[in-house]
Amino acid sequence: MDLIFSALDVLARWDVMLALLVGAIGGVAIGAIPGVGPAVAIAILLPATFSMDPIVGLTLLLGIYGSSMYGGSIPAILINTPGTAVNALTTYDGFPMTLRGEGRRALSLAYSASFLGGIFSVVCLILLSPVLAKIAPMFGSREIFLAALLGLVLVVVAHKGQMAIAAALAGFGILIGTVGLEPAAYTRRFTFGQSWLAGGFDLIVVVLGLFALSQAFLLLTMDDEKIRLPRSRGSLFQGFRELAKHPRVAGIAASFGVVMGMIPGVGEFTAQFMSYTSARKLSKNPKAFGHGSSEGLIASETANNAVPAAAMIPLLALGIPGEALTAMMLSVFYVHNVVPGPGLFQNDMDFVVALYIALLVLNVIVVGFLLVSTGWLVHLTRIPNRFLGMCILLLSFVGVYSIRNSAMDCIIAAVFGLLGFVLKRLNMPIVPIILGMVLGGIMEVKLRASLARVKTPLDFIDRPIAFLLFCVILVIIGSTIWRLRREWRPIDRRSLQKKASNTFSKRISGRSHRHFESRKKQQRRRRFYDHVGS
Amino acid sequence: MDNSELLKVKTKTSGQVVFVVAGLAISLLLLSQIGNQTEWSENARNIGGQPRLWPAIALVIMVFGFAAHYWLMRRRRPNALDWVEARRWVEPLEYLLWFLIYVAVVPRFGFMPMSILFACTLTYRLGYRSRAALGLAAAFGIATVVLFKGLLGVNIPGAQVYEYLPDSIRTFFLVYL
Repeated sequence: MDLIFSALDVLARWDVMLALLVGAIGGVAIGAIPGVGPAVAIAILLPATFSMDPIVGLTLLLGIYGSSMYGGSIPAILINTPGTAVNALTTYDGFPMTLRGEGRRALSLAYSASFLGGIFSVVCLILLSPVLAKIAPMFGSREIFLAALLGLVLVVVAHKGQMAIAAALAGFGILIGTVGLEPAAYTRRFTFGQSWLAGGFDLIVVVLGLFALSQAFLLLTMDDEKIRLPRSRGSLFQGFRELAKHPRVAGIAASFGVVMGMIPGVGEFTAQFMSYTSARKLSKNPKAFGHGSSEGLIASETANNAVPAAAMIPLLALGIPGEALTAMMLSVFYVHNVVPGPGLFQNDMDFVVALYIALLVLNVIVVGFLLVSTGWLVHLTRIPNRFLGMCILLLSFVGVYSIRNSAMDCIIAAVFGLLGFVLKRLNMPIVPIILGMVLGGIMEVKLRASLARVKTPLDFIDRPIAFLLFCVILVIIGSTIWRLRREWRPIDRRSLQKKASNTFSKRISGRSHRHFESRKKQQRRRRFYDHVGS
Repeated sequence: MDNSELLKVKTKTSGQVVFVVAGLAISLLLLSQIGNQTEWSENARNIGGQPRLWPAIALVIMVFGFAAHYWLMRRRRPNALDWVEARRWVEPLEYLLWFLIYVAVVPRFGFMPMSILFACTLTYRLGYRSRAALGLAAAFGIATVVLFKGLLGVNIPGAQVYEYLPDSIRTFFLVYL
């Protein structure tokens, strides 16, 4: 109880409250504009939070992170365009409901499901805190190294169908993290004699380039879309009543969100896909999924909103970010000399609990705000793409230039922006680069520290958690290889023309075969009858 | 449709081969330079302390990753569509130039005036030429400066031209605009 009071004491400041309010409202608005998303907003705001208290800066960023998915459901439901990438599944059932004239019902369901997911995950986080506080100190250098390695393995494995390129990009992330002056022996790595490379690549510059500038370039080279907002009927409160009719779907989805959020490298996508498919399997009416099913909408929205709070667990307890947004938040901790990890739970538990309570309050503010402001938030979807691109370009300058007033940083960010643009156009993942950069740095430091204390390689995994993590990594790699082998099909490399010609000749050969077979049969029959006749 | 099918992301086919081959070539080039660009320390206590270890791991992952993706691709030779896509990758260079010009002029002529000018001229260039659009762009430029420099106090230095302003207003311009 004392802990909660001291946490409330941390929060009971006007600047924290203001940050929470601005983060909540700003996050909803950012989520409601397709093409911006929380990654862009957080990347731009990161340098601005460096001058704030850690609790103020983190509350602001958490506010945007936690509330953007609420806002993202608005365009997903009303105009079939997800506001944030994780609202993609919401379009499956939300938009068909809008087409039926039930847009407000769909929005209400999305808000209530998101609220449930958000609250559920924060409650889980609070309940798990004592356990985490006991487990976290058991993580030494080798356990943190293995946990970071697990995160990297999972981020590659999670990109099904793109594992090879995700691995290559994670490798690229590790490489750019190593550029510059190496901290142990003070030697230069891949600087090519250039002084501007000696300091290495700043994480925030890379993040701003890959997320914000690339998005600006993408929007600036796009055509504008004509958006027609459909009329809808119903009350924005009816979703809360309807949610109560599907406790099993909501409970399972929220649990998936919490579990997947806690695992580094997995995140919202897997959580909502898992919960969506399990909801469909459990549903009495699975055929309605994808055609405006309220259960489908609940499953996807509950799961993706349960992730942000859960994603804070590996970040706060171990200092390991599970995805790009928590990787950005890690830099806020470091700037303020607050080192997330086992020590945080031992020394600054009130700070951790304050963050949990902030997340709890955030969900209440967001739902209250959405219930009164959905009418005008809808109009944010009308902002033309290229105008939005101009706005992001201008804001990106603020983000990059304010770090250390360096034009070189802006050039580096622009180059990474171009790389991000190409990756986005090719539909290749960007997150492995960021996680490779962050986790690669953590792994290097922790491996160096842990190898100094082991004599034989087996000593590395002689502690229970290290052994467990090692086994999990082996199982994941083994099961992935087994699955890939089982699903392996020889790659068909023939050109389309060649394929068509082969298919045609097969059909013809089949026909000729059938033709000749029938002729032979006729002849045989004739012969037979001839014989009989004779 | 099962989980694995839902989770599968399809990489865009056109342009893929150009990107992957370029990535593989750069990775191999960097790997060939690892001897010159990193050092093998004799004083390192263990392999974890070797400065060359992590760049080597990263480059090996990159080479294997790009090579595996290339090997798994259905079409390994670029065709006309790949080059059309590759040409689209240079389209944002114009806006990159706009961005770099903005970066160059802000420290000289000031954050507020250049933000308004940048927002309005780029909006005009993008084809939004109505008074409302240009007014909105100017308002956005002003709002950005007021929010970030005025209220949040982000670190953007005052412009060189502000030095020529009268003493009474110079400090205000340097601090807030």
